[in-house]
Amino acid sequence: MALASVLDSDCADFSFDKCQPFGFAGGPEHSGLGFESAPGDGLSFSVRNPLCATDEDGVERKIEFLHGTTTLAFKFQHGVIVAVDSRATAGSYIASQTVKKVIEINPYLLGTMAGGAADCSFWERLLARQCRIYELRNKERISVAAASKLLANMVYQYKGMGLSMGTMVCGWDKRGPGLYYVDSEGNRVCGDLFAVGSGSMYAYGVMDSGLRHDLTVEEACELGRRAIYQATYRDAYSGGQTHWLANFCNSKHLITHSLNPRLQSI
Amino acid sequence: MEYLIGIQGQDFVLVAADNVAASSIIQMKHDYDKMFKLSEKILLLCVGEAGDTVQFAEYIQKNVQLYKMRNGYELSPAAAANFTRKNLADYLRSRTPYHVNLLLAGFDDTDGPGLYYMDYLSSLAKAPFAAHGYGAFLTLSILDRYYRPDLTRDEAVDLLKKCIEELNRRFILNLPSFTVRLIDKEGIHDLEKLTLGSK
Repeated sequence: MALASVLDSDCADFSFDKCQPFGFAGGPEHSGLGFESAPGDGLSFSVRNPLCATDEDGVERKIEFLHGTTTLAFKFQHGVIVAVDSRATAGSYIASQTVKKVIEINPYLLGTMAGGAADCSFWERLLARQCRIYELRNKERISVAAASKLLANMVYQYKGMGLSMGTMVCGWDKRGPGLYYVDSEGNRVCGDLFAVGSGSMYAYGVMDSGLRHDLTVEEACELGRRAIYQATYRDAYSGGQTHWLANFCNSKHLITHSLNPRLQSI
Repeated sequence: MEYLIGIQGQDFVLVAADNVAASSIIQMKHDYDKMFKLSEKILLLCVGEAGDTVQFAEYIQKNVQLYKMRNGYELSPAAAANFTRKNLADYLRSRTPYHVNLLLAGFDDTDGPGLYYMDYLSSLAKAPFAAHGYGAFLTLSILDRYYRPDLTRDEAVDLLKKCIEELNRRFILNLPSFTVRLIDKEGIHDLEKLTLGSK
Protein backbone atom coordinates (compact mmCIF):
# COMPACT_ATOMS: atom_id res chain seq x y z
CA MET A 1 0.00 0.00 0.00
CA ALA A 2 0.93 3.61 0.26
CA LEU A 3 3.83 3.86 2.60
CA ALA A 4 5.80 1.25 0.80
CA SER A 5 5.65 3.06 -2.47
CA VAL A 6 6.19 6.46 -0.91
CA LEU A 7 9.38 5.17 0.51
CA ASP A 8 10.44 3.64 -2.73
CA SER A 9 14.00 4.66 -2.80
CA ASP A 10 15.24 5.02 -6.30
CA CYS A 11 17.72 7.57 -5.11
CA ALA A 12 21.28 7.45 -6.27
CA ASP A 13 23.21 4.85 -4.44
CA PHE A 14 26.83 4.03 -4.78
CA SER A 15 26.54 0.32 -4.29
CA PHE A 16 26.31 -2.46 -6.81
CA ASP A 17 24.16 -4.63 -4.67
CA LYS A 18 20.54 -4.87 -5.60
CA CYS A 19 19.39 -4.82 -2.03
CA GLN A 20 20.86 -2.95 0.87
CA PRO A 21 19.57 -2.29 4.34
CA PHE A 22 18.41 1.32 4.08
CA GLY A 23 15.21 2.85 2.83
CA PHE A 24 12.00 0.99 2.30
CA ALA A 25 11.24 -1.81 -0.02
CA GLY A 26 8.36 -2.14 -2.30
CA GLY A 27 6.38 -0.24 -4.80
CA PRO A 28 2.99 -0.81 -6.35
CA GLU A 29 4.18 -4.05 -7.79
CA HIS A 30 4.97 -5.40 -4.35
CA SER A 31 1.38 -4.76 -3.45
CA GLY A 32 2.29 -3.73 0.04
CA LEU A 33 2.01 -7.18 1.51
CA GLY A 34 5.68 -7.08 2.27
CA PHE A 35 5.85 -10.83 2.53
CA GLU A 36 7.55 -11.51 -0.71
CA SER A 37 10.68 -9.42 -0.36
CA ALA A 38 13.57 -10.52 1.79
CA PRO A 39 13.69 -12.55 5.00
CA GLY A 40 10.32 -13.36 6.35
CA ASP A 41 9.05 -10.59 8.48
CA GLY A 42 8.11 -8.03 5.82
CA LEU A 43 10.32 -5.53 7.58
CA SER A 44 13.09 -5.81 5.09
CA PHE A 45 14.50 -2.64 3.77
CA SER A 46 16.09 -2.36 0.41
CA VAL A 47 17.23 0.27 -1.95
CA ARG A 48 16.99 -0.31 -5.62
CA ASN A 49 20.22 0.09 -7.51
CA PRO A 50 19.77 2.99 -9.92
CA LEU A 51 22.37 1.43 -12.14
CA CYS A 52 19.86 -1.26 -12.90
CA ALA A 53 18.25 -0.24 -16.12
CA THR A 54 14.59 -0.56 -15.31
CA ASP A 55 12.29 -1.47 -12.47
CA GLU A 56 9.89 -4.34 -12.41
CA ASP A 57 7.20 -2.17 -13.86
CA GLY A 58 9.45 -0.99 -16.66
CA VAL A 59 9.51 2.65 -15.61
CA GLU A 60 12.96 4.11 -15.58
CA ARG A 61 13.31 6.14 -12.46
CA LYS A 62 15.35 9.22 -11.88
CA ILE A 63 16.84 10.54 -8.70
CA GLU A 64 14.18 11.84 -6.35
CA PHE A 65 14.85 13.54 -3.11
CA LEU A 66 12.16 13.22 -0.53
CA HIS A 67 11.68 9.56 0.28
CA GLY A 68 13.69 9.96 3.39
CA THR A 69 11.47 12.18 5.39
CA THR A 70 9.26 12.40 8.43
CA THR A 71 6.02 14.32 8.27
CA LEU A 72 3.18 14.14 10.70
CA ALA A 73 -0.14 15.76 11.43
CA PHE A 74 -2.75 15.33 14.11
CA LYS A 75 -6.07 16.77 15.17
CA PHE A 76 -6.80 18.04 18.64
CA GLN A 77 -9.42 20.23 20.21
CA HIS A 78 -8.10 23.49 18.85
CA GLY A 79 -7.33 22.38 15.31
CA VAL A 80 -4.64 20.59 13.38
CA ILE A 81 -0.90 20.52 14.03
CA VAL A 82 1.45 19.73 11.17
CA ALA A 83 5.13 19.01 11.79
CA VAL A 84 7.79 18.05 9.25
CA ASP A 85 11.54 17.69 9.03
CA SER A 86 13.58 19.49 6.39
CA ARG A 87 16.17 17.06 5.08
CA ALA A 88 16.46 15.93 1.49
CA THR A 89 18.66 12.95 0.69
CA ALA A 90 19.91 11.38 -2.49
CA GLY A 91 20.96 7.95 -1.37
CA SER A 92 23.35 8.55 1.48
CA TYR A 93 24.16 12.11 0.43
CA ILE A 94 22.33 14.88 2.22
CA ALA A 95 21.26 17.19 -0.51
CA SER A 96 19.69 19.83 1.67
CA GLN A 97 18.88 20.49 5.30
CA THR A 98 16.45 23.29 4.62
CA VAL A 99 13.70 21.94 2.42
CA LYS A 100 10.19 23.21 2.86
CA LYS A 101 7.94 20.18 3.02
CA VAL A 102 4.68 21.91 3.73
CA ILE A 103 2.71 23.57 0.97
CA GLU A 104 0.09 26.16 1.67
CA ILE A 105 -2.72 25.20 -0.66
CA ASN A 106 -4.70 28.20 0.55
CA PRO A 107 -4.87 30.15 3.80
CA TYR A 108 -6.72 27.39 5.61
CA LEU A 109 -5.50 24.24 3.85
CA LEU A 110 -2.05 22.72 4.12
CA GLY A 111 -0.44 19.84 2.28
CA THR A 112 2.64 17.95 3.38
CA MET A 113 5.23 16.48 1.04
CA ALA A 114 6.68 13.00 1.21
CA GLY A 115 7.87 11.00 -1.74
CA GLY A 116 8.91 12.69 -4.93
CA ALA A 117 9.36 16.42 -4.48
CA ALA A 118 8.28 17.22 -8.00
CA ASP A 119 5.20 15.04 -7.78
CA CYS A 120 4.15 16.52 -4.45
CA SER A 121 4.63 20.15 -5.31
CA PHE A 122 3.14 19.83 -8.79
CA TRP A 123 -0.01 17.99 -7.78
CA GLU A 124 -0.56 20.13 -4.73
CA ARG A 125 -0.23 23.30 -6.76
CA LEU A 126 -2.74 21.83 -9.18
CA LEU A 127 -4.95 21.09 -6.20
CA ALA A 128 -4.62 24.70 -5.08
CA ARG A 129 -5.84 25.79 -8.49
CA GLN A 130 -8.81 23.41 -8.34
CA CYS A 131 -9.68 24.62 -4.85
CA ARG A 132 -9.65 28.21 -6.01
CA ILE A 133 -11.89 27.38 -8.96
CA TYR A 134 -14.29 25.65 -6.57
CA GLU A 135 -14.37 28.75 -4.39
CA LEU A 136 -15.08 30.99 -7.33
CA ARG A 137 -17.82 28.76 -8.67
CA ASN A 138 -19.58 28.02 -5.40
CA LYS A 139 -18.87 31.19 -3.44
CA GLU A 140 -17.80 29.17 -0.46
CA ARG A 141 -14.63 27.55 0.74
CA ILE A 142 -13.94 24.00 -0.26
CA SER A 143 -14.09 21.43 2.51
CA VAL A 144 -11.03 19.40 3.47
CA ALA A 145 -12.83 16.22 2.44
CA ALA A 146 -13.57 17.58 -1.01
CA ALA A 147 -10.06 18.91 -1.50
CA SER A 148 -8.54 15.58 -0.56
CA LYS A 149 -10.99 13.75 -2.84
CA LEU A 150 -9.99 16.00 -5.74
CA LEU A 151 -6.35 15.19 -5.16
CA ALA A 152 -6.99 11.47 -4.75
CA ASN A 153 -8.98 11.28 -7.96
CA MET A 154 -6.33 13.23 -9.86
CA VAL A 155 -3.49 10.94 -8.89
CA TYR A 156 -5.57 7.76 -9.21
CA GLN A 157 -5.58 8.29 -12.94
CA TYR A 158 -1.81 7.93 -12.89
CA LYS A 159 -1.74 4.91 -10.64
CA GLY A 160 0.97 2.49 -11.61
CA MET A 161 2.79 5.01 -13.76
CA GLY A 162 5.45 5.86 -11.24
CA LEU A 163 4.11 8.78 -9.28
CA SER A 164 5.39 8.88 -5.75
CA MET A 165 3.51 11.05 -3.34
CA GLY A 166 2.37 10.61 0.24
CA THR A 167 0.62 13.68 1.48
CA MET A 168 -1.60 14.81 4.27
CA VAL A 169 -4.26 17.37 3.46
CA CYS A 170 -5.03 19.27 6.63
CA GLY A 171 -7.20 22.22 7.36
CA TRP A 172 -10.21 23.75 8.89
CA ASP A 173 -13.69 23.82 7.41
CA LYS A 174 -17.22 24.20 8.72
CA ARG A 175 -17.12 20.72 10.18
CA GLY A 176 -14.09 21.62 12.26
CA PRO A 177 -10.53 20.37 11.87
CA GLY A 178 -9.97 18.02 8.94
CA LEU A 179 -7.10 15.65 8.23
CA TYR A 180 -6.82 13.28 5.28
CA TYR A 181 -3.96 11.10 4.10
CA VAL A 182 -3.73 10.81 0.31
CA ASP A 183 -1.10 8.97 -1.68
CA SER A 184 -0.16 8.05 -5.19
CA GLU A 185 -1.38 4.48 -4.66
CA GLY A 186 -4.91 5.76 -4.47
CA ASN A 187 -5.37 5.64 -0.71
CA ARG A 188 -7.45 8.31 0.88
CA VAL A 189 -8.10 7.93 4.56
CA CYS A 190 -9.60 10.28 7.11
CA GLY A 191 -8.10 10.19 10.55
CA ASP A 192 -6.94 11.95 13.67
CA LEU A 193 -3.25 11.23 13.40
CA PHE A 194 -0.92 10.34 10.55
CA ALA A 195 2.81 10.12 10.06
CA VAL A 196 4.36 9.62 6.64
CA GLY A 197 7.91 8.91 5.53
CA SER A 198 10.84 6.73 6.44
CA GLY A 199 10.82 8.10 9.95
CA SER A 200 7.08 7.74 10.39
CA MET A 201 7.22 4.72 12.64
CA TYR A 202 9.41 6.48 15.14
CA ALA A 203 7.08 9.45 15.07
CA TYR A 204 4.06 7.20 15.64
CA GLY A 205 5.64 5.87 18.78
CA VAL A 206 6.02 9.29 20.37
CA MET A 207 2.69 10.57 19.10
CA ASP A 208 0.65 7.60 20.26
CA SER A 209 1.99 7.79 23.75
CA GLY A 210 1.54 11.54 24.13
CA LEU A 211 -1.60 12.40 22.21
CA ARG A 212 -4.80 13.43 24.01
CA HIS A 213 -7.72 15.36 22.59
CA ASP A 214 -7.58 18.02 25.29
CA LEU A 215 -4.03 19.25 24.72
CA THR A 216 -3.36 22.96 24.90
CA VAL A 217 -1.85 24.63 21.88
CA GLU A 218 1.60 24.79 23.43
CA GLU A 219 1.48 21.14 24.49
CA ALA A 220 0.35 20.07 21.04
CA CYS A 221 3.11 22.03 19.31
CA GLU A 222 5.62 20.56 21.70
CA LEU A 223 4.33 17.04 21.03
CA GLY A 224 4.61 17.47 17.29
CA ARG A 225 8.05 18.98 17.55
CA ARG A 226 9.21 16.24 19.87
CA ALA A 227 7.91 13.47 17.63
CA ILE A 228 9.77 14.85 14.64
CA TYR A 229 12.87 15.31 16.72
CA GLN A 230 12.82 11.71 17.93
CA ALA A 231 12.23 10.48 14.40
CA THR A 232 15.12 12.49 13.03
CA TYR A 233 17.28 11.15 15.85
CA ARG A 234 16.68 7.55 14.82
CA ASP A 235 16.14 7.83 11.10
CA ALA A 236 19.21 8.64 9.06
CA TYR A 237 17.11 10.01 6.25
CA SER A 238 15.28 12.63 8.28
CA GLY A 239 16.80 15.65 9.86
CA GLY A 240 17.51 19.29 9.42
CA GLN A 241 15.07 21.48 11.27
CA THR A 242 11.54 20.82 12.39
CA HIS A 243 8.98 23.06 10.85
CA TRP A 244 5.52 23.11 12.13
CA LEU A 245 2.33 24.91 11.38
CA ALA A 246 -0.80 25.06 13.39
CA ASN A 247 -4.15 25.63 11.80
CA PHE A 248 -6.86 26.25 14.30
CA CYS A 249 -9.85 28.12 15.64
CA ASN A 250 -11.36 30.05 12.78
CA SER A 251 -8.30 29.36 10.72
CA LYS A 252 -7.09 32.81 11.50
CA HIS A 253 -4.05 31.52 13.27
CA LEU A 254 -1.79 29.88 10.76
CA ILE A 255 1.52 29.86 12.52
CA THR A 256 4.86 28.69 11.26
CA HIS A 257 7.62 27.84 13.66
CA SER A 258 11.13 26.66 13.17
CA LEU A 259 12.86 24.46 15.62
CA ASN A 260 15.37 26.00 17.96
CA PRO A 261 18.76 25.47 16.28
CA ARG A 262 20.09 23.95 19.49
CA LEU A 263 17.87 20.97 18.87
CA GLN A 264 18.73 20.63 15.22
CA SER A 265 19.44 17.03 14.37
CA ILE A 266 22.73 15.93 12.97
CA MET B 1 -4.62 -9.02 5.92
CA GLU B 2 -8.19 -7.89 5.44
CA TYR B 3 -11.17 -10.00 6.28
CA LEU B 4 -14.75 -10.11 5.09
CA ILE B 5 -17.46 -12.58 6.07
CA GLY B 6 -21.10 -13.03 5.22
CA ILE B 7 -23.72 -15.45 6.59
CA GLN B 8 -27.20 -15.81 5.10
CA GLY B 9 -30.11 -16.83 7.26
CA GLN B 10 -33.73 -17.53 6.44
CA ASP B 11 -34.78 -13.89 6.26
CA PHE B 12 -31.60 -11.91 6.84
CA VAL B 13 -27.96 -11.63 5.85
CA LEU B 14 -25.28 -10.94 8.41
CA VAL B 15 -22.01 -9.39 7.24
CA ALA B 16 -18.85 -8.30 9.00
CA ALA B 17 -15.58 -6.70 7.96
CA ASP B 18 -12.43 -5.81 9.85
CA ASN B 19 -11.68 -2.17 10.59
CA VAL B 20 -8.01 -1.87 9.83
CA ALA B 21 -6.67 0.36 7.08
CA ALA B 22 -3.06 -0.67 6.78
CA SER B 23 -0.09 0.58 4.88
CA SER B 24 2.92 -1.73 4.82
CA ILE B 25 3.37 -2.59 8.49
CA ILE B 26 1.49 0.34 9.99
CA GLN B 27 -2.20 0.50 10.91
CA MET B 28 -3.17 3.92 9.60
CA LYS B 29 -6.74 3.72 10.83
CA HIS B 30 -8.48 1.49 13.36
CA ASP B 31 -12.07 2.28 12.53
CA TYR B 32 -12.16 2.12 8.76
CA ASP B 33 -15.48 1.08 7.26
CA LYS B 34 -15.19 -1.29 4.31
CA MET B 35 -18.89 -1.53 3.62
CA PHE B 36 -20.59 0.56 0.95
CA LYS B 37 -24.32 1.06 0.96
CA LEU B 38 -25.57 0.52 -2.57
CA SER B 39 -29.22 0.98 -1.71
CA GLU B 40 -31.59 0.64 1.22
CA LYS B 41 -31.16 -3.11 1.33
CA ILE B 42 -27.88 -3.84 -0.41
CA LEU B 43 -24.37 -3.66 1.02
CA LEU B 44 -21.13 -4.06 -0.87
CA LEU B 45 -18.09 -5.15 1.13
CA CYS B 46 -14.87 -4.42 -0.69
CA VAL B 47 -11.23 -5.25 0.01
CA GLY B 48 -8.15 -5.37 -2.17
CA GLU B 49 -5.65 -2.99 -3.61
CA ALA B 50 -5.35 0.49 -2.22
CA GLY B 51 -7.31 2.98 -4.23
CA ASP B 52 -9.01 0.39 -6.42
CA THR B 53 -11.35 -0.59 -3.59
CA VAL B 54 -12.83 2.83 -2.97
CA GLN B 55 -12.85 3.87 -6.63
CA PHE B 56 -14.58 0.70 -7.81
CA ALA B 57 -17.03 0.50 -4.94
CA GLU B 58 -18.04 4.13 -5.31
CA TYR B 59 -18.42 3.67 -9.04
CA ILE B 60 -20.82 0.76 -8.51
CA GLN B 61 -22.59 2.65 -5.74
CA LYS B 62 -23.24 5.70 -7.93
CA ASN B 63 -24.38 3.61 -10.85
CA VAL B 64 -26.86 1.70 -8.72
CA GLN B 65 -28.23 5.00 -7.46
CA LEU B 66 -28.40 6.34 -11.00
CA TYR B 67 -30.46 3.34 -12.04
CA LYS B 68 -32.93 4.16 -9.31
CA MET B 69 -33.17 7.77 -10.43
CA ARG B 70 -33.63 6.87 -14.07
CA ASN B 71 -36.10 4.06 -13.65
CA GLY B 72 -37.91 4.84 -10.45
CA TYR B 73 -37.15 1.56 -8.72
CA GLU B 74 -34.06 -0.05 -7.27
CA LEU B 75 -31.89 -2.77 -8.69
CA SER B 76 -32.40 -6.12 -7.01
CA PRO B 77 -29.40 -7.65 -5.21
CA ALA B 78 -29.01 -10.27 -7.93
CA ALA B 79 -29.04 -7.64 -10.66
CA ALA B 80 -26.60 -5.46 -8.73
CA ALA B 81 -24.27 -8.42 -8.24
CA ASN B 82 -24.33 -9.25 -11.92
CA PHE B 83 -23.80 -5.61 -12.83
CA THR B 84 -20.79 -5.49 -10.53
CA ARG B 85 -19.39 -8.69 -11.94
CA LYS B 86 -19.83 -7.43 -15.49
CA ASN B 87 -17.84 -4.32 -14.68
CA LEU B 88 -15.08 -6.37 -13.09
CA ALA B 89 -14.98 -8.61 -16.13
CA ASP B 90 -14.92 -5.70 -18.58
CA TYR B 91 -11.98 -4.11 -16.80
CA LEU B 92 -10.15 -7.38 -16.22
CA ARG B 93 -8.51 -7.51 -19.59
CA SER B 94 -8.07 -3.79 -19.96
CA ARG B 95 -5.02 -1.78 -19.03
CA THR B 96 -6.56 -0.94 -15.68
CA PRO B 97 -8.03 -4.00 -14.02
CA TYR B 98 -9.48 -3.57 -10.57
CA HIS B 99 -7.84 -5.79 -8.01
CA VAL B 100 -10.74 -6.06 -5.55
CA ASN B 101 -12.51 -8.87 -3.73
CA LEU B 102 -16.14 -8.33 -2.90
CA LEU B 103 -19.10 -9.61 -0.99
CA LEU B 104 -22.49 -8.27 -1.95
CA ALA B 105 -25.28 -8.82 0.54
CA GLY B 106 -28.88 -7.85 0.00
CA PHE B 107 -32.48 -8.48 0.70
CA ASP B 108 -34.93 -8.76 -2.14
CA ASP B 109 -38.58 -8.31 -1.31
CA THR B 110 -39.58 -11.19 -3.58
CA ASP B 111 -36.60 -13.54 -3.42
CA GLY B 112 -35.49 -12.97 0.13
CA PRO B 113 -31.93 -12.63 1.39
CA GLY B 114 -28.93 -13.16 -0.89
CA LEU B 115 -25.17 -13.25 -0.45
CA TYR B 116 -22.90 -13.05 -3.47
CA TYR B 117 -19.19 -13.78 -3.53
CA MET B 118 -17.05 -12.04 -6.17
CA ASP B 119 -13.34 -11.91 -6.65
CA TYR B 120 -10.85 -9.95 -8.68
CA LEU B 121 -11.03 -12.41 -11.56
CA SER B 122 -14.70 -11.52 -11.77
CA SER B 123 -16.09 -14.82 -10.64
CA LEU B 124 -19.56 -14.67 -9.10
CA ALA B 125 -21.17 -17.19 -6.83
CA LYS B 126 -24.31 -17.02 -4.75
CA ALA B 127 -23.49 -18.72 -1.48
CA PRO B 128 -25.08 -19.28 1.93
CA PHE B 129 -21.86 -18.13 3.60
CA ALA B 130 -18.59 -16.72 2.32
CA ALA B 131 -15.37 -15.08 3.43
CA HIS B 132 -12.44 -13.22 1.89
CA GLY B 133 -8.86 -12.80 3.01
CA TYR B 134 -6.31 -14.97 4.78
CA GLY B 135 -8.81 -15.28 7.59
CA ALA B 136 -11.09 -17.19 5.25
CA PHE B 137 -8.75 -20.17 5.37
CA LEU B 138 -9.24 -20.38 9.08
CA THR B 139 -12.94 -19.76 9.23
CA LEU B 140 -14.58 -21.44 6.25
CA SER B 141 -14.37 -24.81 7.92
CA ILE B 142 -16.08 -23.45 11.00
CA LEU B 143 -18.86 -22.17 8.78
CA ASP B 144 -19.07 -25.53 7.02
CA ARG B 145 -19.36 -27.33 10.32
CA TYR B 146 -21.86 -25.13 12.15
CA TYR B 147 -23.91 -23.41 9.47
CA ARG B 148 -27.56 -24.29 9.08
CA PRO B 149 -29.95 -22.62 6.66
CA ASP B 150 -32.44 -21.97 9.43
CA LEU B 151 -30.13 -19.98 11.72
CA THR B 152 -31.75 -17.33 13.82
CA ARG B 153 -30.20 -13.89 14.09
CA ASP B 154 -28.63 -14.62 17.47
CA GLU B 155 -27.25 -17.94 16.31
CA ALA B 156 -25.72 -16.28 13.28
CA VAL B 157 -24.04 -13.67 15.47
CA ASP B 158 -22.73 -16.46 17.69
CA LEU B 159 -21.35 -18.23 14.65
CA LEU B 160 -19.70 -15.00 13.59
CA LYS B 161 -18.19 -14.63 17.05
CA LYS B 162 -16.83 -18.16 16.81
CA CYS B 163 -15.12 -17.26 13.56
CA ILE B 164 -13.60 -14.12 15.01
CA GLU B 165 -12.41 -15.96 18.10
CA GLU B 166 -10.61 -18.35 15.80
CA LEU B 167 -8.96 -15.46 14.01
CA ASN B 168 -7.82 -13.99 17.29
CA ARG B 169 -6.46 -17.31 18.36
CA ARG B 170 -4.64 -18.42 15.22
CA PHE B 171 -4.25 -15.59 12.79
CA ILE B 172 -0.85 -13.99 12.97
CA LEU B 173 -2.08 -10.48 12.26
CA ASN B 174 -3.92 -8.34 14.75
CA LEU B 175 -7.48 -7.50 13.71
CA PRO B 176 -8.80 -5.83 16.82
CA SER B 177 -12.28 -4.88 15.74
CA PHE B 178 -14.99 -5.69 13.22
CA THR B 179 -17.97 -3.76 11.92
CA VAL B 180 -21.08 -5.93 11.86
CA ARG B 181 -24.27 -5.20 9.93
CA LEU B 182 -27.46 -7.11 9.34
CA ILE B 183 -29.81 -6.76 6.37
CA ASP B 184 -33.42 -7.89 6.52
CA LYS B 185 -36.73 -6.76 5.11
CA GLU B 186 -36.56 -3.64 7.23
CA GLY B 187 -33.25 -2.56 5.77
CA ILE B 188 -29.70 -2.34 7.03
CA HIS B 189 -29.06 -2.44 10.76
CA ASP B 190 -25.79 -1.64 12.49
CA LEU B 191 -24.96 -4.18 15.14
CA GLU B 192 -22.47 -3.79 17.91
CA LYS B 193 -18.84 -3.73 16.83
CA LEU B 194 -17.01 -6.90 17.75
CA THR B 195 -13.77 -6.06 19.47
CA LEU B 196 -10.93 -8.09 20.86
CA GLY B 197 -12.23 -8.20 24.40
CA SER B 198 -15.85 -9.02 23.58
CA LYS B 199 -17.38 -12.35 24.57
